[in-house]
Amino acid sequence: MSTPAEERFVAPGSTTGLIDVFRRRYLLSLIVRKEVGIRYRGSVLGWLWSYVKPLIQFLVFFFALGVFLDLNRSIDYYPIYLLSGITAVTFFNESFANGTRSLVDNAALIKKIYFPRQMFPVASMLVATINTVPQIIVVIAISLFFGWAPGVLNIAALLLGLVIIALLATGLGMLFGAINVTFRDAQSFVEIIVMISVWASPVMYQWQMVASKVPEWLFSLYTLNPITIAVELFHYGIWFPLNPGDAATIPGLWPRSALALGVAVLVVAIGELVFRRLEGRFAQDL
Amino acid sequence: MPKTSDPRTRIVVDDVHKHFKLRHTHSIKETFVAAMKRKKLVSDFQALDGVSFEIGEGESVALLGYNGSGKSTMLKLISGVLRPDEGRVLTRGRVAGLIEVGAGFHPDLSGRENVFLNAAILGMSKKEIEERFDSIVEFSEIEKFIDTEVKHYSSGMFLRLAFSVAIHTEVDILLIDEILSVGDEPFQQKCIARVKELHSQGKTLVVVSHDLDMVSDLCERGILLQDGKVRIDGASKDAVALMRS
Repeated sequence: MSTPAEERFVAPGSTTGLIDVFRRRYLLSLIVRKEVGIRYRGSVLGWLWSYVKPLIQFLVFFFALGVFLDLNRSIDYYPIYLLSGITAVTFFNESFANGTRSLVDNAALIKKIYFPRQMFPVASMLVATINTVPQIIVVIAISLFFGWAPGVLNIAALLLGLVIIALLATGLGMLFGAINVTFRDAQSFVEIIVMISVWASPVMYQWQMVASKVPEWLFSLYTLNPITIAVELFHYGIWFPLNPGDAATIPGLWPRSALALGVAVLVVAIGELVFRRLEGRFAQDL
Repeated sequence: MPKTSDPRTRIVVDDVHKHFKLRHTHSIKETFVAAMKRKKLVSDFQALDGVSFEIGEGESVALLGYNGSGKSTMLKLISGVLRPDEGRVLTRGRVAGLIEVGAGFHPDLSGRENVFLNAAILGMSKKEIEERFDSIVEFSEIEKFIDTEVKHYSSGMFLRLAFSVAIHTEVDILLIDEILSVGDEPFQQKCIARVKELHSQGKTLVVVSHDLDMVSDLCERGILLQDGKVRIDGASKDAVALMRS
């Protein structure tokens, strides 16, 4: 006689991790809704704040680099180029930084009630997605004025870029979030990564400028960064259909995208592994 | 070897040890200075030291003991919040902890939103929550304020709603930690009545409380923990008597 799953003995607190998070989608959706609902509660501009930051960043870059350093002239549709890159990197940064802090922020719950704690970094990523999608729509709306006419491949590239960043940020969020429970140093370390990320990818400049200045092996390393590829995918999706003059995608964009996707999946696996290893100590270390 | 094959066993606690490392230093600098002075960097605190027991279906068990005897740690091990260092804890069926209810409440959300969020945290599905929403609100007696943000609640209202959510979860094993001391006298009586009702439906109860009279009334069995070990495991009246002596 086989016993139903409900009726079998289990060790409390042992889970199937990430899989459990999606099994409890309803709870996940409530947590995401809560985070979205309370983030800007009590502020007059509310969610507009999450658009002000990238906008200011854009204006600073646009004047400093586009106008003063004259990139406006060497890169066609430079504002669109900038905006699409900034959108991608902002998505990563927000998702990653909030994911890292998410466990410490929810200490009260983690110490008292058991449920899959991967929920929190995953929720941070989803909240960042909810924030990013309208930003992409705004950038696309602007591009429409310049004659944006994408093909299927361009749209696919955009989506793939989103998926790569979402996976990468979730994996890194779990990894650093778990470490952050015991060592709050992780939080500060992540702030540094976030600070660098916008410079380590072709957001303000073009990849050709890197390729022409650094040795080949360093450039290979540069393109191994999944964010670099995701940013290029965003460019391919939003900026390319405008037919900018002498623009070229990074050589081998699609194989490199597959590799970036692989790296992102690997990071999720590592994040999950470390998370599970450290999870047993969460309730006592928080 | 515990009889995990016994269909009536709900909780198995098998030679469980749990110790906490208390770090006395919190930065590299402090660690360095302390090491130089040859001070102790960590001290070990043995919260549970070889505890074993089994709880069957429909039993109501009081975990007794003085402060720091390891009762709450034991409850957290059963709920899965903590994991044992040695030995093992096994449970069968759905477990819900009334461990400091309201932990999942967010002050900026309305009572209604908090009910849904907390019930989901305690493991209920959307359908189950919708079915029980009305009786949750009715039990809490705060219908008028259900769409008000929880931060405007009085502490009594807050606890009523939190307890009401927890008590309506669909469970086989219910863990209760000091919860029955919430609210005013009539509400307390109502809560105890509700717990008894769940018990009569065949739910397994594990209760931690310092209210010895209430506990010995509510539970048939008592397990007295002392210094991380089981001192007595028997009728709750005997355990309480021993504790008072």
